[in-house]
Amino acid sequence: MNNSSSSKKHSPDQPETSGPTFKSQRTKMDTEKKILNKKLKDVEISCPIVYGSMAFWLGKKASEYQSHKWTVYVRGAMNEDLGVVVKRVVFQLHSSFNSPTRVLESPPFEVSEAGWGEFEIAITLYFHSDVCDKPLNLYHHLKLYPEDESGSMSTKKPVVMETYDEIVFPEPSEGFLARVQNHPAVTLPRLPIGFTLPPPVPVEDASRRKRGDTKDHPLSQWFMNFSEADELLQLAAARQQVQAHIAKLKRQISVIDGPHQQLKSISDQ
Amino acid sequence: MDAKDILGLPKNSLPIPQEKKSRPPKDSQRKPDGISREVYALTGGLAPLMPAIDSTQLKKQPPKDEKITWQWLPFTNSARKDTLQLYHWVRVVNGVPPTGDYSFAKYNKGWTKEETDQLFDLCQRFDLRFIVIADRFSSSRTVEELKDRYYSVCRAIVAARAPALGDISGNPLVKEPYNVSQEIERKRALSMVLSQTKHQERKDAEVLAEAKRITESRMAAKVAEESELPVPSNAGPESAERASFPGDTVSPSSNVQLPSATIASSALTADNASTLASLRMLRVYLRTYALDQMVQAASSSAGLRTIKRVEQTLQELGVNLKPRVPTKSVCAEHLELRKEILTLLNLQKQLQYKEAEGSSFRDCSYADTPSTPKRSNRGGDQDRTFVPDMSFGGERVGKRDQKRKVHSYLLPVV
Repeated sequence: MNNSSSSKKHSPDQPETSGPTFKSQRTKMDTEKKILNKKLKDVEISCPIVYGSMAFWLGKKASEYQSHKWTVYVRGAMNEDLGVVVKRVVFQLHSSFNSPTRVLESPPFEVSEAGWGEFEIAITLYFHSDVCDKPLNLYHHLKLYPEDESGSMSTKKPVVMETYDEIVFPEPSEGFLARVQNHPAVTLPRLPIGFTLPPPVPVEDASRRKRGDTKDHPLSQWFMNFSEADELLQLAAARQQVQAHIAKLKRQISVIDGPHQQLKSISDQ
Repeated sequence: MDAKDILGLPKNSLPIPQEKKSRPPKDSQRKPDGISREVYALTGGLAPLMPAIDSTQLKKQPPKDEKITWQWLPFTNSARKDTLQLYHWVRVVNGVPPTGDYSFAKYNKGWTKEETDQLFDLCQRFDLRFIVIADRFSSSRTVEELKDRYYSVCRAIVAARAPALGDISGNPLVKEPYNVSQEIERKRALSMVLSQTKHQERKDAEVLAEAKRITESRMAAKVAEESELPVPSNAGPESAERASFPGDTVSPSSNVQLPSATIASSALTADNASTLASLRMLRVYLRTYALDQMVQAASSSAGLRTIKRVEQTLQELGVNLKPRVPTKSVCAEHLELRKEILTLLNLQKQLQYKEAEGSSFRDCSYADTPSTPKRSNRGGDQDRTFVPDMSFGGERVGKRDQKRKVHSYLLPVV
């Protein structure tokens, strides 16, 4: 769960650069006002999501214009409640649908419909005000028919098409960080030692008590499993092969060039 | 005649002996008055809507009743500020010299009332089509001069008619006055761009790309400084080596490889840093997008063919071109793998190059050289990993080794 910002070559244990010097330049009132909006560098919040669709053939009940019933959705990758990060999701359906712009103000973020055609659905994610004021767009191609044409369509087993991705907030505000610090829907790096956050300010109103996680979702049995372990293994094996190859080529080159060739590491490894 | 044929009408309504008489009226129908028939035919057989030149004047001869003499007479030029009097030959008709100002005075760029009136008349007739107006204008003035005169007169009129200065400050004539020199320069620049040869275009593109790379690496270095990443320390010794490279012109090939490789790696670091910086400015982005950007940055120095070979290699290694589970660590590993493959391909190229060098040297000295032991070693080397290095990625090694192409990369690995 701990994401050390390894790609940034920066240890998370370095103290906040905008420390005492920063504060002394401002009045106390300014500090209090801005503290919740203060951005943190090198502390990246990532929110893993899965988005996609599930389509059931209607079988006997299928009509010319409604051969399938389908659901398009965005869920937490581990089926956690995305409502802590996402405020609203807008699904833009094909114009042939009634009110093709579907707005979901709370999780679970999904739209269920019946139809016959496959088309691209634009999904726009809007975040809470302390998270990000810019929306994010996703695109999903609705799949109704199974991959292999010979595969019989079933009313019981859906055609599933899911994509895994991660929403990254490179410089989250302190308010956001404080609010989601221990929430399972997001991944945070370890915070610097002695680093204190202000008390969290909730964003959603108390009326929204509906559960937003999808752990017991009716379609959850069909959700795909996304485990990074397999892919990491594959990549590690591939890298090993390539590295061995590189070493061999370097040896061969040094043989040709003779002893006067200084073989410092030409490549970054 | 053909038209009548098509319509099915009788060809000749008049009997043959009468044709001669019918010719003159036919000629006058054709209307080439003053210009030859062939020239008239060039216009497509139709007269222009508005003849630019009066065709009757073209073949005019001077009237016989006039007596023409030529006299050496003094003249003044209204365009001059002083009272210099020069002499020239003047065509005198019946003893009367011509009146009027020196005919070239109008070329002093001053605008007379007659000229301005003519300009406005033409402007109205031709709908402000200045190119046509310039063509019809009596004295030769450029399009820019005409436009300048027209717009400045209009501006003066608008200013004179407006009750207060504030009313007209929004008027485009006042807000953005016509700038003759700027217009001339702009058109000249456009025609230059239009007439650029492909060679010039390529050179320009190269220079621009180089400039972009330099600014990006500078920005990256600046960003790196600000965020206190160790990138500057990385780029330090490498940029020092880069500075020494220009002096290394006469060095043997092996030494040349080093500086160019370090240039590539320092450029790579700069690309990476600038991509990271631009990602951070986005405030929110998808991991897949970030990976895509980093991959592009890493392959920025590689050609399309190389990129295709990288992808081919990934497929051979059984790796998804786009990770199925793009977590932070998966993306990092994927990026590193791609970079390593690039390195691998570069090394292969280097090896090829060195071998070609070596073999061409030997070709010069010997007539028929058998393969050196080193080569056959490599050729027959059962690569434990996955494919024999020679034909990895479908590479052709050198003319000598064409026969070895038999090693396909689908050979089973022992």
